[in-house]
Amino acid sequence: MKSGDQSAMAELYDRYSSVVYAVALRVLGDTGAAEDVLQEVFLQLWRNPGAFDAARGTLGSWLAVITRNRAIDSLRRRRPETDIEDVIVSVAPDLASEADRSRAAEKVRGVLGTMPQAQRIALEMAYFEGMSHSEIAGKTGEPLGTIKTRIRAGLMALRKAFQGSN
Amino acid sequence: MSGHEQFADDLALYALDALAGEDRVSLEKHLATCAACRFELEQLRGDGALLALSTLGPKPPQRARKRLLDAVAKEAASSPTANAQNATATGHPRRSWWGVLGWAATAAVIVFAASLWKENAALKQGLASASAQAAQSTRELEDLRRIAAPIIEPEAQRITLVAVKTPPQPQGKAFYLRNRSSLLFVANNLPPLPPQKAYELWLIPVQGAPIPAGVFKPDARGSATVVNPPLPARMEAKAFAITVENEAGATTPTMPIVMMGTGE
Repeated sequence: MKSGDQSAMAELYDRYSSVVYAVALRVLGDTGAAEDVLQEVFLQLWRNPGAFDAARGTLGSWLAVITRNRAIDSLRRRRPETDIEDVIVSVAPDLASEADRSRAAEKVRGVLGTMPQAQRIALEMAYFEGMSHSEIAGKTGEPLGTIKTRIRAGLMALRKAFQGSN
Repeated sequence: MSGHEQFADDLALYALDALAGEDRVSLEKHLATCAACRFELEQLRGDGALLALSTLGPKPPQRARKRLLDAVAKEAASSPTANAQNATATGHPRRSWWGVLGWAATAAVIVFAASLWKENAALKQGLASASAQAAQSTRELEDLRRIAAPIIEPEAQRITLVAVKTPPQPQGKAFYLRNRSSLLFVANNLPPLPPQKAYELWLIPVQGAPIPAGVFKPDARGSATVVNPPLPARMEAKAFAITVENEAGATTPTMPIVMMGTGE
């Protein structure tokens, strides 16, 4: 994105703002805070378009990861831990259109629905509440090793559902 | 196909930013030296991003759009050169729009880029007289035709490149319209490359040395696109070929040729 491409920025916003806002809102549960994260994420992209490496993934997924990280940081009121340039995401599904996103979202919800509940809960605690594995173990009363295995199994289940579907 | 089994669980946690303490420190040490685990981390982050997809929710309020675009306009107006300096000062090369958009259906990429180009050109134009506007519309249409020409013009050459060696089958197709020096190249199943390497496409003329026709890296699925690289005018192409070069590309191909094709 050449600096000065404001109309291009508007195009990107129109395409991806619903993803970013939805993730921020899910994590923060507060529309004002979610809007702030939305603003921050897009401004960061505007200031540093080189942070996104298109060879390795799609912009929508990259934005989703950045947003979730920023929102967790905000939730925990800590300094951003990861420079956005360090985030590399290789993701198959392209979330460019609303239709694509809806289809993918349904698929993910399907996988989450059929997953063992303990697995789903561990995943959601880690992803949407930003809990560390020891915090999750503490809260659920499960051993650390079990939590680790559950989370990995959960991610693998998601990966498997989307493999070969492009 | 993951990295090292003993780090597998930790990698998953790390991808979700849920790994802390000693475990995190040891994993980060390991990641610094292990490309396979770094690659797996990327994949896991992608899997985690799928969780973000399960969050369909209300659209952001309209005021958020205005707020962002006002902020962007303000930054652009206050220091247009500072923005340019920022982009290079971080050490990242400036990306073209093709880079930001990434892999997508070829036609969608072209149409989208053409519409951005059109919009951007319109913005830069400023106030124009009616005749200048008409001339501009014609030029824009011509630009769009030029971009799409290698796909839709009947006389465009279609060249399929097949792998010199065995499966998985990398595949590439080059669409070349000589009279406009327009080239579109799309590829699938390209093997991944070591970190400082890239593929380079070459136009093999009827006479003379191979001509560089674009340097590219495959995405995680092994797909790649090259669109309208600068080419000498009206070169007749006997064949197209691909070699592996250093990231910055080369002016003469480094053997061996990894993919090659002649016209259909």
